[in-house]
Amino acid sequence: MWRGGPRVSILDVTAVLREQGADIERSVVGVERAAAAPEHPKVYRRRSGRAMAGVAGGLADHLGIPVLYTRVAFTLLAALGGAGVVAYGLLWIFVQQVSSDEPAREISGKERQQAFGLVALGLGLAIGAGTLAGTVNGWVAGSTSVALVGAALVWREADQSQRRRVRGAVLGGGGRSAVIRVVSGAALVAAGIVIFLISSIGLDQVQFALLAVVAALVGVAVITVPWWLRLVRDLGDERRARIRTEERAEIAAHLHDSVLQTLALIQKQADAPREVLRLARGQERQLRSWLYGPSGYGRGVADGRIEGGLLAEALARAAGEVEDTFAIKVQHVAVGDCELDERLFAVVMAAREAMVNAAKHAGVAEVSVYAEVEPEKVTVFVRDRGKGFDPEAVPDDRHGLADSIRGRVERNGGEIRLRTAPGDGTEVQLHMPRAKVST
Amino acid sequence: MSDKRLVRVFLVDDHSMFRAGVRAELDTLTDDIEVVGEAGTVGEAVAGIGHLRPDVVLLDVHMPDGGGAEVLRQSRKAFPEVVFLALSVSDAAEDVIAVIRAGARGYVTKTISSQELVTAVLRVSEGDAVFSPRLAGFVLDAFADRPGAAPISDPELDLLTPRERDVLRLLARGYAYKEIASELFISVKTVETHVSSVLRKTQLSNRYELSRWASDRRLV
Repeated sequence: MWRGGPRVSILDVTAVLREQGADIERSVVGVERAAAAPEHPKVYRRRSGRAMAGVAGGLADHLGIPVLYTRVAFTLLAALGGAGVVAYGLLWIFVQQVSSDEPAREISGKERQQAFGLVALGLGLAIGAGTLAGTVNGWVAGSTSVALVGAALVWREADQSQRRRVRGAVLGGGGRSAVIRVVSGAALVAAGIVIFLISSIGLDQVQFALLAVVAALVGVAVITVPWWLRLVRDLGDERRARIRTEERAEIAAHLHDSVLQTLALIQKQADAPREVLRLARGQERQLRSWLYGPSGYGRGVADGRIEGGLLAEALARAAGEVEDTFAIKVQHVAVGDCELDERLFAVVMAAREAMVNAAKHAGVAEVSVYAEVEPEKVTVFVRDRGKGFDPEAVPDDRHGLADSIRGRVERNGGEIRLRTAPGDGTEVQLHMPRAKVST
Repeated sequence: MSDKRLVRVFLVDDHSMFRAGVRAELDTLTDDIEVVGEAGTVGEAVAGIGHLRPDVVLLDVHMPDGGGAEVLRQSRKAFPEVVFLALSVSDAAEDVIAVIRAGARGYVTKTISSQELVTAVLRVSEGDAVFSPRLAGFVLDAFADRPGAAPISDPELDLLTPRERDVLRLLARGYAYKEIASELFISVKTVETHVSSVLRKTQLSNRYELSRWASDRRLV
């Protein structure tokens, strides 16, 4: 019941809807056409309004002439030693059929009759011309044409089943008539081959058997050509499309999980600058490593270095953790790199502790970390420009520097030096001799 | 008002938001710098630099049509008095080394604080080189003579002197020029000389391995 509003009859609504639907359909078809033929228009075989495989129709559409002309041309060419038939067959095999979304075309009974007449005429001309020219004898011509007719039947069925190609079956879903057509087509091909073989009797048994096997194989190959072609083509198309889709989905998912989430958080916390900084920094680091990192998106996966086993990476990770936890910036630079071992792991942990100390006590926004790998030793500097302190005045109950840094490094055979003075910042230097590597 | 000449700066970056931000910062923070123009593409940049003849060009490394290295290539020969300072979001070794080798006088990342950026601009305009700690690390790495590093193909060139190496190391450790000077008991001027000669060596050294090496090591 329509009340209190503008009165709209249900007929108007459906008319509008139908119009919109038609619009959408048109635009969908347009888009698909544009996508299928981006640069130069391709030839497609007709799906509807065809007598055999739609080759002549497609060609006529492509050239913009009436279909009758192309059919006549094929027929006349067929007289030239069967050239028309061959051309038709080749085009059938190699030209793709238009997509099934193409609007159907009406075909009149008269046109159909005309077309079939031309087909028969063409075949007759081809066989006749061949026989007259004496290049082939009657037996061969007869058997070849029987085989060709059979192959044509099977191929036509293959065209029909293109839409059902997902099932990949020759007879997929075509019903009984399709079975009959394919079987009779195959039988015709076989018959053609048998006639051909019989006509060339005179060979001894072994040769005859061999010939029969080869001929049967050729027959099977001929019958299955369209499926092979289609299979290869579709596989390529599908793989390309799938890769593109997957890639897009991966990028979208990543951006959603990372950047968008972070931006949302930042919007919510716009009045907490420290938190915003922390979020932005963490996000930047993550995105950077996703784009340019060792196994990053921008690098591909070409080189497979083991992750996590290298000093520079471990330091970078530690720096990142400190950045995230304490909302400060850790500028880290590494010169050279090497595999982590137990000693170097201790150095990384000590360096991390030094960063944490700087973040907690120095009252600065930035800490510098510099690591250098030399042949005989590894040095790491952790430096801030903060308050600094008097090492003598540190109470005995503070363990950070003594245990976590000095103890850890010295237990592993290294040493630490400390440069600090109140008001002058702090630098912790970690020195660790490298284990002798036998090369 | 003062006898000091304004430093005329030209901005090149394909993000107009970023240009606007830098321009606003430079305008409010200091009276020594004047932004005379900006460009968003390589073509605009080359034309603008030729037309305006700025003192310093702040140069983005990544742009759609060739990037900072391309701007340097097209305008550095013609206008040798113009100084380029790379200002990039990327701190990938291959980017850094590429623009330095193409002739930029320094390299700073976009996370630099505004005050530091002002200092950097003033410093390159006076003829110094500006190295971020990261850049110092890359250069040290590239010139390292340790086993396993890139083989040095022209020996008469450019191993760093021990002194230059010391200066770079301190730079990489986050020291300012002044702090380096007092650490090594030399004058700030000497530190600047060392840094400039490191820069010159980086640009002169014809070792394409430099960037190859850096990208092989993935010093990102």
